[in-house]
Amino acid sequence: MVKVTVDGIPVEVPAGSSALQACEAAGKEIPRFCYHERLSVAGNCRMCLVEVSGGRKPVASCGFPIGEGMHIFTDTEVVRRARRAVMEFLLINHPLDCPICDQGGECDLQDQAFGYGADHSRYRENKRAVTDKYLGPLVKTVMTRCIQCTRCIRFSTEIAGVPELGGVSRGENLEITNYVEKALTSELSGNLIDICPVGALTSQPYAFTARSWELRRTDSIDVCDAVGTNIVMHARGAAVLRIVPRINDEVNEEWLSDKGRFVVDGFRRRRLDRPWVRVDGRLQPASWQDAFSTIATRLKNVPGERIGAIAGDMCDAESMMALKDLMETLGSSNIDCRQDGAKYDTSRRDFYTFNSGITGIEDADALLIVGAIPRQEAPVLNARIRKRFLAAGRGGFPIAMIGAPNADPTYAATVLGEGPDTLAKLAAGELPFADVLKNAKNPMVIVGHGALTRPDGQAIAKACWDLAAQVGAITTDWHGFNVLHTAASRVAGLDLGLVPGSGGHDVAGMLDGGVDVLWLLGADEFATDRIGPETFVIYQGHHGDAGAARADVILPGTLYAEKPGTYTNTEGRVQEAFRAIMPPGDAREDWRILRAFSEVAGRKLPYDTLEALRARMARANPVFGQQAWTRHGTSDTAAPQAGPVAVSADPFRPVIADYYLTHAVCRASPTMETCSGIYVHPAIEAAE
Amino acid sequence: MSVQPNAPDGVEPTRFEFDSESEQQIATILAKYPPERKASGVLPLLYVVQKQMGRQTGSAWIPRVAMDVVAARLEMAPIRVYEVATFYLMFNTKPIGRYHLQVCTTTSCWLRGSDDVTAACKAATGIRAFGETSADGLFTLTEVECLGACANAPILQVDDDYYEDLDGPRTEELIEALKRGERPTPGPTIDRLNSAPAGGRKVLVDDAAHKPQGQG
Repeated sequence: MVKVTVDGIPVEVPAGSSALQACEAAGKEIPRFCYHERLSVAGNCRMCLVEVSGGRKPVASCGFPIGEGMHIFTDTEVVRRARRAVMEFLLINHPLDCPICDQGGECDLQDQAFGYGADHSRYRENKRAVTDKYLGPLVKTVMTRCIQCTRCIRFSTEIAGVPELGGVSRGENLEITNYVEKALTSELSGNLIDICPVGALTSQPYAFTARSWELRRTDSIDVCDAVGTNIVMHARGAAVLRIVPRINDEVNEEWLSDKGRFVVDGFRRRRLDRPWVRVDGRLQPASWQDAFSTIATRLKNVPGERIGAIAGDMCDAESMMALKDLMETLGSSNIDCRQDGAKYDTSRRDFYTFNSGITGIEDADALLIVGAIPRQEAPVLNARIRKRFLAAGRGGFPIAMIGAPNADPTYAATVLGEGPDTLAKLAAGELPFADVLKNAKNPMVIVGHGALTRPDGQAIAKACWDLAAQVGAITTDWHGFNVLHTAASRVAGLDLGLVPGSGGHDVAGMLDGGVDVLWLLGADEFATDRIGPETFVIYQGHHGDAGAARADVILPGTLYAEKPGTYTNTEGRVQEAFRAIMPPGDAREDWRILRAFSEVAGRKLPYDTLEALRARMARANPVFGQQAWTRHGTSDTAAPQAGPVAVSADPFRPVIADYYLTHAVCRASPTMETCSGIYVHPAIEAAE
Repeated sequence: MSVQPNAPDGVEPTRFEFDSESEQQIATILAKYPPERKASGVLPLLYVVQKQMGRQTGSAWIPRVAMDVVAARLEMAPIRVYEVATFYLMFNTKPIGRYHLQVCTTTSCWLRGSDDVTAACKAATGIRAFGETSADGLFTLTEVECLGACANAPILQVDDDYYEDLDGPRTEELIEALKRGERPTPGPTIDRLNSAPAGGRKVLVDDAAHKPQGQG
């Protein structure tokens, strides 16, 4: 630690800190444009000038290393004049279009011009104008507003790992561009909008929608993947208008995937906003009472083992708990939260969670990825892997992948092979990477659903666990066995036991007439066409998608924005989301629907309030009672069950065919549709 | 002046490959850098591209596809090559004429008559303004900053060659010679050796100095 004095306030900061960090430690706010704490230091905006003892002129505090006993002055006449001068220079070419700029109200330049700007301009010449660039369907550019802080260049190069933005030409003619008219190939491109301090990069779908001060902010959790990204829903009236990330260093730092951000325009389209009942082969609008009594009538005399339930990938833990309790009261053990048919040994929690933790990636020193494409399955987590990769320096963080030979992971990864046979070779020590893992202090193994959704998924999970145990990745203070989930509801579902009980059917068993009555809780991602023709289907969910199309009764449920809910991410971290808006029409919170139906069916569930339900969840699994997640190791290296199916030699297949269209909400979103056309199916788009 | 860095539509070639002469040069260049730092070779490689385009097409410029080839060869992101190529004005990101007339108009040259040189260039080639290419495609006229040959001002740089101590008529003569396909000897266009005083020595003219001692 180094002692410095900022405006007479003594502070201690770690050696190697910058003057700006010291000033922040002392509670002094330093204006800045180019400096961003998660990016490299550029030092080109000059807004953060301060005076330092012994210096003859002001220094840019963001890039100025502190020394013992240094005195920093942030509020002298020299500093104030310097900042005013910098601001005047920045405003020379910045257009005065704040009234039509989407950044207005949340613009760093606007805010700081308040503090340091002059009341008039001395500049009489023409302002420079810059042609707008095409960066894809998500990021809108107004490049005349650009102040060339280069944050976007550094973000795309360092964090996103797609070095596609740069500054071409020079001096007066410097332009931020990708040079080629091509959409940015990143799943994190939306973060450019947050990172841009001015209105040069703004959100295309959100353009001219609302002013930041009109919005009501609600903390929530992203359910488009299993990372559990912390988000804020920005709503006005009855609609969520945009989603932005919330800082949580343990999960997402301050990034959000494009799907989680831009899926928002799917919230109001294709919604199920009233109950429907199929009469004579056609769905007819109905009242809640009609819908419930239709189901209750149909359920009469159906034995418990002929009733089944499937929970979808975006469900909150509360509704899944209620669904499980309802199925139990109906005498059914046919319940499953694994639409994709993934196989897990659920006897221990660390058999199906990301045990190292997302922050643990930064402590790992070797990584093996089996049957996963983290860039698509968890873009924010992938950014953490890249962060570790960059921090470790050349060769400091060896990464190997089995499967996914054509994916660009944004970091250097050796593709060892395509199938489980490579895993066996690795375990036998036949590949050099086996020694890398063995010699690493904190080796990590990530198993994805490309491996777990196969019939032999459990055997592969066991092989991965064995490998991890063999290379010393499972110790009392480090747990290197990680399951990367793709479904936001999955870990909570497994925690609550939404897997078939003894003699119960899994998803495949419930299809093809395996059950007579099937309750789908937001479940669309399985072969709905394989539901038996005689099966009576109840679809409870928010979007009219595959499940609703097959349903005999539709019960309108709620989106994650419309209900308070608990979500457990792939690490097993329990996080709470709050209600941002009210559900449309007659739609109701999902657990309340299940609770209300249970009364109609004469099997009343024993909770009337959210608190009572959450107490029930905590009884079912204590993890729901405690909100904090901690890194853990284990001394028990006993491997998970291998399951009945032996490992086959087939290569691993990616689980995500189209990143932008993985669930019902994004299939309802025009923005995601456009992205899919541009990024995933460019040939089809061109042909049209 | 706002520079549009991209070449106009239609002139961008669809592919670019290094020829054997360029490959030889590249081998020499890359030998200077450690393999993991070969990106340092981006400037000389872009120069190789420009030279090769000059040899092959008569227009020494760097098409974007060639920048991509350089990026692939040096294992760097294409945008990093675009940044470098557009930063340095010696790299032409648009096609130019066969002869690149670069008039220095910085102070020394300007005081010594670069305006006459510019006017002569325009008159002889039919070019109306800096940055244009003549109608016959032979000449592109560019205004450049100090070429570092102030002792021989004013200067006209034709491709890589300096023609020095120019005035209007001699500039026109030079351009006419270029049109005939000749390449006059570079250097001063007046009676003068390199930067030695015009019209013979001005100092050390006594006898002793006529017989230098100790050196040839």
